[in-house]
Amino acid sequence: MPITRDAVARWIQAYAAVLAEQKDQLTQLDMDIGDGDHGENMNRGFQAVLAKLPGVADKDISTLFKTVAMTLISTVGGASGPLYGTLFLQMAARTAGKQELTPSELAEALKAGVDGVMSRGKAVAGDKTMVDALQPALEALQQALGQGVELAEALNRAATAADQGRQATIPWVAKKGRASYLGERSAGHADPGATSSHLLIQCAARTLG
Amino acid sequence: MKKLINRPQDVVTDALRGMAAAHGDLVRVNFEPNYLVRADAPVRGKVGIVSGGGSGHEPMHGGFVGMGMLDAACPGAVFTSPTPDQMLAASQAVNGGMGVLHIVKNYTGDCLNFEMAAELARAEGIQVEQVITNDDVAVQDSLYTAGRRGVGVTVLVEKLAGAAAEQRRSLQEVADLARKVNAQGRSMGMALTSCTVPHAGKPTFQLGEDEVELGIGIHGEPGRKRIKLAPASEVAAMLVEPILADLPFKSGDSVLAFVNGMGGTPLIELYILYAEVTRILEAKGIKIARNLVGSYITSLEMAGCSITLLRLDEELTRLWDAPVKTPALRWGV
Repeated sequence: MPITRDAVARWIQAYAAVLAEQKDQLTQLDMDIGDGDHGENMNRGFQAVLAKLPGVADKDISTLFKTVAMTLISTVGGASGPLYGTLFLQMAARTAGKQELTPSELAEALKAGVDGVMSRGKAVAGDKTMVDALQPALEALQQALGQGVELAEALNRAATAADQGRQATIPWVAKKGRASYLGERSAGHADPGATSSHLLIQCAARTLG
Repeated sequence: MKKLINRPQDVVTDALRGMAAAHGDLVRVNFEPNYLVRADAPVRGKVGIVSGGGSGHEPMHGGFVGMGMLDAACPGAVFTSPTPDQMLAASQAVNGGMGVLHIVKNYTGDCLNFEMAAELARAEGIQVEQVITNDDVAVQDSLYTAGRRGVGVTVLVEKLAGAAAEQRRSLQEVADLARKVNAQGRSMGMALTSCTVPHAGKPTFQLGEDEVELGIGIHGEPGRKRIKLAPASEVAAMLVEPILADLPFKSGDSVLAFVNGMGGTPLIELYILYAEVTRILEAKGIKIARNLVGSYITSLEMAGCSITLLRLDEELTRLWDAPVKTPALRWGV
């Protein structure tokens, strides 16, 4: 079954709701190894996205992603603004004119987004960043779809992989972002960006499958 | 949290309204997107200098907008870098036909957003150069971190590049000068207390009564290590020694010594520290030719300080002495 434009809108709405609910926990994670603004920034950005969604209710998936991207870039700031903005901007570029996506088109769009994040942030897997949740999620999704697994189950596997990726960051020493300034002291805490990325994939599993 | 604010989400705009009211003769404030420009911007035939970063570091950067220093400043949310649309709008507002220099502190968020802003400005035909400050010796400059943070030297780069732009030097020359200042300056900071980001509502970290954080940045993030509180003479040595070792500064050098308060430390303590810095440098045959003592790049109400040393030559000394007229730094006019 194809992924409709409305399902994509529900994904974004679900993520905004989760961020509003979890912003204090995300901020606490960021206080542990950063400066304590991640939850607040992401919530500010996605609340602004929610306000823009009605204005593009009749537009295609690409326009929806692009609206999310531009809103995040202009409201979030920090590293999260450009990184999450780039994720959605690249997904917009890969879904031009589409009212629906096949599962493999979703995976291709997500791949473009994750590649964009890595290139913008110059981060690779293992640096203790959002890439550590996104990259395994993408790989799990691609692998499951390649094996002919149903979309709902493939997205569940992606969410599980994102969660494992997030947990894997706990013992690591950060190499990118503000947490890297703590050196060894950044170990023992999950990366806030990997955590918010896991939530994004988890919401996809709940709404797109 | 006990702060003199209205609502946490209004902290930045309320402060900007205050700056507009207090310094309307020097700066104009724009809202949505938020930025400050000098009252006479754009100055034709002069390189425009734009800086920015999270709020909470006052007087940096908004307090340094005016003649002889910044043409524009972009304040982000507290401790959060501003967004590319703010930087683009500020760049457009100060472009006097000679291009725009972005002064960016080496923090991931600032770098990413300024990078996007530069792409957008160049797409509009505005010439943009970027200089990244990274003077913090507490951070190893290696492939395994985001690199050294830009801290105290940023204030000095803004003053000196501002003076160079005022002399109508070209964009390339002003950018080269800014890079030279960054290359010859080093800083290190420490905290006696944490600070409380208004949105978070509680201190970013907890310190025992007898503990201090050594090697902090400017965002309330913990430092490199936690040590027992020591007398000012020992703290001064702990901050100055790694700075001297890093450049290295040597006997016979002239320096600008900048003792900066993090927001919650009174001048009496900063002067005590400055006396210790003077003693250490004199013993090594290093001459303090110029100085700056006060709270110029801060972390909200954090108690603590940073020390920045900049190796001076004749050119930099003249540029430092050049007139400046901004809300927070003013002399020679």
